Amino acid sequence: MKMKKQFKYIALFAATAVMISCENEFDESIEEGGVYTAGEADFSKFVTVGNSLTSGFADNALYREGQLNSFPLILSEQFALVGGGEFNQPLVDDNLGGLLFNGTQITNNRLVLTANAMGPVGPSVLAGTPSTDIANVFTGPINNFGVPGAKSFHLGLPGYGNPGGIPAGTANPYYVRFASSPNATVIGDAAAANGTFFTLWIGNNDILSYATSGGSGVDQNAANNINPATYSSNDITDDAVFASVYSEYVTALTANGAKGALINIPDVTSIPFFTTVPALALNPADPAFGSQIPLLNQLYGGLNSIFTAFGQPDRAIQFTTTAANGLVVRDNDLADLSANPAFVSALVPLVQGVGTAAGLQLSTPQATALANVLAPQFGQIRQATANDLVTFPAASLLGGNNQALFATLTGAGLPVEIAGALSANGVTFPLGDNFVLDQQEQASVTAAQTAYNNTIAALAQANGLALVDARAALQQVAQGGVAFNGGVLTSTYASGGAFSLDAVHPTPRGYAFTANTIIDAINATYGSDLPKVDIGQYKSVQPSNNIQ
Amino acid sequence: MNKLKVFAILCLLTATTYAGGYRVSTQSNRQLAMGHTGVAVMSSADVLFFNPAGLVHLENKLNISAGGFGVFSDVNYQNRETGAFAETDSLMGTPFYLYGSYAVSDKFAVGLGIYTPYGSNVTWPTDWEGSHLVNEIELQAIFIQPTISYQLFENVSLGVGAMIAVGSVDFNRNASRSLTDEQGNRSNVSISDSGVTGIGWNAGIMFTPNDNLSIGFNYRSLIDIESEDGEATFSNFPNSPLVPANGVQGFTATLPLPAEATLGVAYKMDKWLFALDYNRAFWSEYENLDIVFADGSESINPREYNDASTYRVGVQYMATESLTLRGGWYFDESPVQSGLFAPETPRNDSVGYTAGFSYNFSPRFSIDASFLYLRFKEVTESYDAYADPGASPSPFSGTYKSRALIPGIGITYSM
Repeated sequence: MKMKKQFKYIALFAATAVMISCENEFDESIEEGGVYTAGEADFSKFVTVGNSLTSGFADNALYREGQLNSFPLILSEQFALVGGGEFNQPLVDDNLGGLLFNGTQITNNRLVLTANAMGPVGPSVLAGTPSTDIANVFTGPINNFGVPGAKSFHLGLPGYGNPGGIPAGTANPYYVRFASSPNATVIGDAAAANGTFFTLWIGNNDILSYATSGGSGVDQNAANNINPATYSSNDITDDAVFASVYSEYVTALTANGAKGALINIPDVTSIPFFTTVPALALNPADPAFGSQIPLLNQLYGGLNSIFTAFGQPDRAIQFTTTAANGLVVRDNDLADLSANPAFVSALVPLVQGVGTAAGLQLSTPQATALANVLAPQFGQIRQATANDLVTFPAASLLGGNNQALFATLTGAGLPVEIAGALSANGVTFPLGDNFVLDQQEQASVTAAQTAYNNTIAALAQANGLALVDARAALQQVAQGGVAFNGGVLTSTYASGGAFSLDAVHPTPRGYAFTANTIIDAINATYGSDLPKVDIGQYKSVQPSNNIQ
Repeated sequence: MNKLKVFAILCLLTATTYAGGYRVSTQSNRQLAMGHTGVAVMSSADVLFFNPAGLVHLENKLNISAGGFGVFSDVNYQNRETGAFAETDSLMGTPFYLYGSYAVSDKFAVGLGIYTPYGSNVTWPTDWEGSHLVNEIELQAIFIQPTISYQLFENVSLGVGAMIAVGSVDFNRNASRSLTDEQGNRSNVSISDSGVTGIGWNAGIMFTPNDNLSIGFNYRSLIDIESEDGEATFSNFPNSPLVPANGVQGFTATLPLPAEATLGVAYKMDKWLFALDYNRAFWSEYENLDIVFADGSESINPREYNDASTYRVGVQYMATESLTLRGGWYFDESPVQSGLFAPETPRNDSVGYTAGFSYNFSPRFSIDASFLYLRFKEVTESYDAYADPGASPSPFSGTYKSRALIPGIGITYSM
C-alpha cells in the first residue's frame, strides 16, 4: 500500500516532466508557416527563364557559388515560406566556372580580386582546371532555365542546345549542358516544367553586346531587319522581333494559368562596365600626364591646323592644365583622313617640329617615314567628351603605351621619351572605337531598351503579371546607392558591392537586391506577404591571389 | 524511473539542447527541486556550496552527496523581416557535483566540494544567419572548494572556502557575414583552451535563532578566467593579403565568473520546510569579450552585462518516512542588456519551475531526483555591436524562444 502511494508520486513527477517536455515554439512560427501569406499567387512550383542574370552568372563565369546565390534561388527560399517547393538548378561541377567541351576548355574560369600589401589590385582569372564538361548533359528536374548569353530570340530557337552547333557558334554551351534534346528550345523546356509561378527576364543581351562592343554591331532597328537569323552577335535586336518573341514566351509560360513576374531591362549606364573609366580620364594633376601637356599641345596644335585645313575643325584636340581632359579616341563614324596622301604630307612638318622640340633634327625622308606611321593613328580621331561612355576593358590600357607603335617609333630612331609620348594609350594612341559608346550609339541602345521595356510593361499589364522595374532599381544603386544593414550598395567597381568583377553581372549581394526588388513587385501585384532578405548576408567580390 | 529514461531519450531525439547563459544553477538535486534555494537550508553536504556556514550544522559525522544533471535545451531564432529561422542543436550539458563534509567536533567541520557552476553548450546550425557571431560555443568551469565551518556562538556559525576554478572554452564563429575561400566555404575562426585556472573564495554566515528558523548569507568572489595558452585556428580564408592567413596562432582572452551574494531564510513546520533566497550576481564585471590574437589583431565584443537578481522559493514535504517531496519556483533576471543580445548566450528573463523527491533506502542512504523546467519568454532583441571588417555596423536582430529541461539524479550518504 505504501509502495503504491510512493509509486503514484513518482509517476506524477515523471508525467509532469514529459508533459512540458518537447515543445518550444514561437507564438507565430515562421518555420511552421504561420507568418507569411502567398496572396493570389501559387508558389508551389517556381520556374524561371532568362539569360545570365537568371542563371546566377557572375565574375565572367557560371560557377557553383554564383548559382547558389542566383536571384531565383534566393526567391525560391522566400517562396518556401509560403508553400514553395523544391528548386533545382543545373549546377556546374565546381567553383571555378570554366567550361569544357569534350575535354577542351572553351570558357575562362571566374575572375577574382587580386591584392598586394598596399590593397586591392584588380581582377584576374582564378587558377585551376575546371571539370564541367558540357558534353555531360545535366539530367534531373530543372527549375532554372537561365542561359548565359541568350538574346530574346534565342529562347525560342531550335538547336540552340545542340552540341553539334558549338564549333560553328550556333549553339550555346550553357544550354547544351541541359537541353532536353538537341533540337529543344529553352522556352519549350521551361514551359514543359509546368510551373505555377514564373519569372521572365530576357532582352538585356539584345542591347548589351552592342553596347559592350562599343557599338561595333549593327542597329537592326535602323537597318529595319526583322530576320534574327541574319544577326551578328553584337547587333541590336529589332524592336518588333523582340516584341514578337517576348509575347510568345509569355503565352507559353501562362498557358497553364501560371502567374509570374516580368523583369524589364536596366540602363547600360547603371553598370560599372560603362561608368568605371570616365571619358574625361586624363587628369593634369597626374604627373605622368601633366608633364606631357606642353608637348602634347604643341603636337595637337599642329594637328588641329591640319584638321581645319581638311575641313574637320570639330576634331580639334586640346589639353588643359586646369580640368580633366577627354581621352583621345578613334571614331569609326569619322572619315579616315589617312587615306588621303595630302594628310600624310601635311604631317611631315609637324613631325619635324616635334623632333626639333625634342632636340632631334629629322630629315625630310625620316619625317615622311614617321608621318606614314602616324597618319593612320591620327586620321580618324577626336577627343572624347563627357557624353561618351568608355568601356571597362579600356582601364587596363590607360597609363600604358601601344607596344607595337612604341617599337616602330624607337626602331625609327626616336628617343624613348618621344616614342613613349607618341604611343600613349588614349593620349596619342587613340582608344579603339570598340572601347567607346558614343552619343549616337547610346541613342540606338536607349531607343531599343525603351521599346523593349514598353513591350514588357504592356504584356505584364495585359496578362495581370507583376512588372519588376529593374531599370529603376539599378538606377538607384548607380545614383547614390541603396542603404542596407551594414552599408550602402553602389555600382562602384569592386568596392560598391553590387557588381561582380566582370563589371556587368551582379555579385551575390547584387542578386539578393534584385530578388528583393522582385519580391516588392510580387507582393504589390498578388497581395502576398513575402519577406525580403538581408542583402548584407550575401557576399560581394571574392579576394584571392590564386591566379593563373 | 523508466519513464524518466524514456523521456530523456525522447527529448534527445525530438528536441535540441542548450544550456542558457553561462551560470547554471544545478548544484544540488535536493535544492534544485526547491527552486535552487539553499543558503539557509541544512539537509545534506550540498550546503557546502550554498553556504559553508551550514556544514557545522549537519547531524552526522560524515556526509557525502553526489549527483549530476542532463541539460536538454533549445533556442529557436526567427526574423520576421527576412523570414530567416534557425534552431540550436546543442550537446547535452552535464553539470555535476560531489560534496563531502566531516564534523571534527560539535563546533567545527571541514568539507570538500567539486561542482560546475558555469557552463554553456550552444550549437547553432553551421553557417546559420548569425554565424558571424557564433556557430558553436562550449564553456565549462569546474570548481574545487575546500571548506571549513565553525560554530561561533550558539546561534551563529561561519564558514569559509577557497575556490579553485578550472575552465575550458571552445568557440567557433565565421569571420564575417559573407567571406568565403575560393571553394565557397565560409571563412571561420575557432578558439580553444582548457585547463585555465583561477582562484577565489567564498564565505557564509548562518543565524539560527530557534530550531525552526534559519537565516543565511553567502558571498562568492569573482574569478577571472584568463586564457593565455590557447589556440586560435583560422580556416577557409582565401589566399589574399586583404584577409587573415589560414593557420594556428595563440590568443588571450578573459572571461569573468562574477561574484554573487545570496541572502535566504528557511522555516521548518512539522513535515514542511519553506525556503526563500534572494541572489544578486555581479555581472557588470562582464564588459567585453575581447580576444587578442598573437599577430596583434583583435576581436572586440561588447557585452556590458548588468548586475542581476534571482528570486527563489522552495518547499519540502515529508510525505512518508522514506519519501520526501519537493517543489519550487524562481525568477531569474537576465544580465543581458537590450541591444547587446548575442546568440552565444541568448538569455532573457526566465522562470524556473522545479520539482523532485528523495527516497531513503535506509537512514543512511537516499536517492535524490529533481527536474527543472526553465522557461524563457519569447523576446525580440538585437546585437548591435557587430560590423563586418571595414563596414558599418549591422545589427543582428530577431525573435528568440528558449527553454531548458534539466532532469537530475543524485545520492546522499551519511554516517
